[in-house]
Amino acid sequence: MIDPRLVLVLSAVLLSLGVVGVLTRRGAISILMCVELMLNAGNLAFITFARINGGPEAQIFVFFVMTLAAAEAAAGLAIVIALFRLRGTTDVDEINLLKW
Amino acid sequence: MELIAFFVLALLLIASALVVITNRNPVTSAVALAFNLVAIAGLYMVLDAQFIGLLQVIVYAGAIMVLILFVIMLLNLREEARAHPVGTFQRILAPVTTLLFAIVIGRAVWLSAPSSFPEKTEGFGTAASLGKELFTRFYYPFEAISLLLIVAMIGAVLLAKRKVS
Repeated sequence: MIDPRLVLVLSAVLLSLGVVGVLTRRGAISILMCVELMLNAGNLAFITFARINGGPEAQIFVFFVMTLAAAEAAAGLAIVIALFRLRGTTDVDEINLLKW
Repeated sequence: MELIAFFVLALLLIASALVVITNRNPVTSAVALAFNLVAIAGLYMVLDAQFIGLLQVIVYAGAIMVLILFVIMLLNLREEARAHPVGTFQRILAPVTTLLFAIVIGRAVWLSAPSSFPEKTEGFGTAASLGKELFTRFYYPFEAISLLLIVAMIGAVLLAKRKVS
């Protein structure tokens, strides 16, 4: 049988890979994809805890996180489209109007 | 048997995640992400959460990936611009700090979690048990999340709509 700690460490590794992606990528869509990666790492940890505790609660949380991820993807991609229309690029370094 | 499945899926997960974060072409990144999401669904199946696993394939690998790919194709994005490369600080310090972060949380979960799964409880992960919970104990959160989806949908349509002027 699988060791739960291995699954949790795998989820930590996936979360860290998502963080590296968010920090180093510059395309807005790539950053959104890395955020999806991080959300999935959290979901994996939730499912592992659900299996440890045997109850349905953590699985319900995963259900909610998935819904949230769908909403986030829809709104985020709409913002990217609006941004592209306005500035002609999705490079986040180019979008610095609020920076100064 | 389960252990073999776990290690194969873990390898696929890490490899596809690396492709997602390193590939410059957004389409390749998106396809690797779809691969990653399906592998996670497989891992859910191994962990006996069958309903969530199927939901993962339908919602994530189906709907969300199609949305992302659709936007990439719509915007006709190619390779990420090489005009101003990522700074040295970003390129070197990001992986280093994140590695430390991974070590900290990896150690924390390793020390706090039990070393073996207990016996599977009756009806764990089935659509019937989850549906029952969703429509009784978690009824109000369920309604709230459906409201959130409607708000996100209206917001997305408003944001992406071409201005008529």
